[in-house]
Amino acid sequence: MNIFLILQMAADTDPERIGLVCDGRRWSYGALLNAAKGAAELFVESGCTHVALLDESSEAAPIALFGAALAGIPYVPLNYRLADADLGALLDRISPAYVIGDVDRTQRLSKGHTCKTRSDFVAAAESASAGATGEEREGEGIAAQIFTSGTTAAPKAALLRHANLMGYILGTVEFCSAAEDDAQLVCVPPYHIAGISALLSSIYAMRRMVLLPAFEPDTWLRLASEERVTNAFLVPTMLARIILRMDEGVETDLSSLQAVAYGGGRMPPELIERALALFPQTGFTNAYGLTETSSTIALLGPEDHRAAHNSNDPAVRARLGSVGKPVPTVELEIRDDEGRPLPPGDRGEIYVRGEQVSGEYRERSALDAEGWFPTRDAGWLDDEGYLFLAGRADDVIVRGGENISPGEIEDVLATHPAIADSAAIGAPSVEWGETVAIAVVIRPGHKTPGDDELRTLIKDRLRSSRVPEHIAVVEELPYNEMGKLLRREIRKLFQE
Amino acid sequence: MKPGTKLKSTVCNTEVMVIRGSGLVAECGGAPMAEETPAEKGSVAAAFAEGTQMGKRYVDDEGTVELLCVKPGEGSLSIDGKALHIKDAKPLPSSD
Repeated sequence: MNIFLILQMAADTDPERIGLVCDGRRWSYGALLNAAKGAAELFVESGCTHVALLDESSEAAPIALFGAALAGIPYVPLNYRLADADLGALLDRISPAYVIGDVDRTQRLSKGHTCKTRSDFVAAAESASAGATGEEREGEGIAAQIFTSGTTAAPKAALLRHANLMGYILGTVEFCSAAEDDAQLVCVPPYHIAGISALLSSIYAMRRMVLLPAFEPDTWLRLASEERVTNAFLVPTMLARIILRMDEGVETDLSSLQAVAYGGGRMPPELIERALALFPQTGFTNAYGLTETSSTIALLGPEDHRAAHNSNDPAVRARLGSVGKPVPTVELEIRDDEGRPLPPGDRGEIYVRGEQVSGEYRERSALDAEGWFPTRDAGWLDDEGYLFLAGRADDVIVRGGENISPGEIEDVLATHPAIADSAAIGAPSVEWGETVAIAVVIRPGHKTPGDDELRTLIKDRLRSSRVPEHIAVVEELPYNEMGKLLRREIRKLFQE
Repeated sequence: MKPGTKLKSTVCNTEVMVIRGSGLVAECGGAPMAEETPAEKGSVAAAFAEGTQMGKRYVDDEGTVELLCVKPGEGSLSIDGKALHIKDAKPLPSSD
């Protein structure tokens, strides 16, 4: 199995149809296929062991991804936001690579690579396509290698095999299911799993992609309206910024927008409620997935969103805060610390199994003997099988042997009118090992509530062990570009 | 055949990729499929002439075999003379 088939099928079905729009240039499936075939020749000739992309999103990403697939070489999109020392270490780990994008930086930081700028690479791939054989090389069967963010140790090299990615696409996308006018606005970075799955899903559905390399709300609104965008994926912070600009009166026409998927970080309930009210015709889908699972493993679809939004039943309403149900091709269990499955309602670690689940790193596989992958995400299922996330298993605050999920404290704080955002973490404590500390962001125009007021709020709603010992008021909380809260940064506030 | 194998019809333009199933002989248009295109194509049997559709997945009743059509043709797919049918999957909302 090879993901190259995805592009091949789209090009066989309609080579003239536009598959990608970037910087004003329009690429047909046929043109992308030819360039990918040419790219495969370049990669094989270079003798590289990896194909790396060190660049923002552009046509170079699908050309390199599918070219590498055809050449049987792993595709490694790198995070250009990394500091020099970190990026240099990753480049050393994939040497000799064919690196596309930032030539100067690559040559300064690491040795032995073939380097090309985006435009040189694309031009070379197009001219090499004339004599390209299109022959499929098997290689190790690895389609993509994605370095995890490595918050506690050196980044791990997560491996996604062709079989994993094909399993994901075949299990979740119907071939050529998009209408000819459909367009997907893609603004996730190419080094993120969502960047790769966006390419694969859109091409398999034959939905035209409109690339927005660097997210900015006004440009997003302009492109969405000009290109008559029907589908988009956003992280919660992007959605918040778009709504803010609309509130500020930016002119836009989003009448074509049929579907918005979101994920990557926690969606504040008031934000999704606001979005549902603001876009009554748009279907919202919450997607939950990890790099190691080839993207989405559970989703909350448009009907569930509307049902929860319109319901008076607290259990149904609460589902707006869930990530929905597992996709049909994935098995999911909640397990305790000893690996025993837990019943609905009990919090534990999320385990998944399925063809799209890789759980494999260059160094080792994290799968257990039965093929289950421990996600390190904590969560619980409700009686009807809806999955609720409860932070990273590593984020659990252990106070005197009692496990406390940061989410339960944050949910209570969110009900206070003056609290715009909050994070609960475990701060070192001589007495308890860890104790609860919270960082809060005050909503503009509101008075900062007293510490006692916040403690009483939590004590009245939860148990006394949840009451924060430390409270810090901050301007904003640290998020990465995918909207993921950086708890390690918050912990630093309470180190001393 | 085994998962990942590409098979070609010997009587029409149909090509499939095996998603699931091993050691069976897939047929198209009533004739066994092959990994290589034959020098001369045979004719489509009347009982297996409903055609294949691009991008559709074909399965048997037992769920032991699944073939993805990657090139359409006039013949229809079967195993051991038993017709395969299109897998009807509930469409999922786009999540990417």
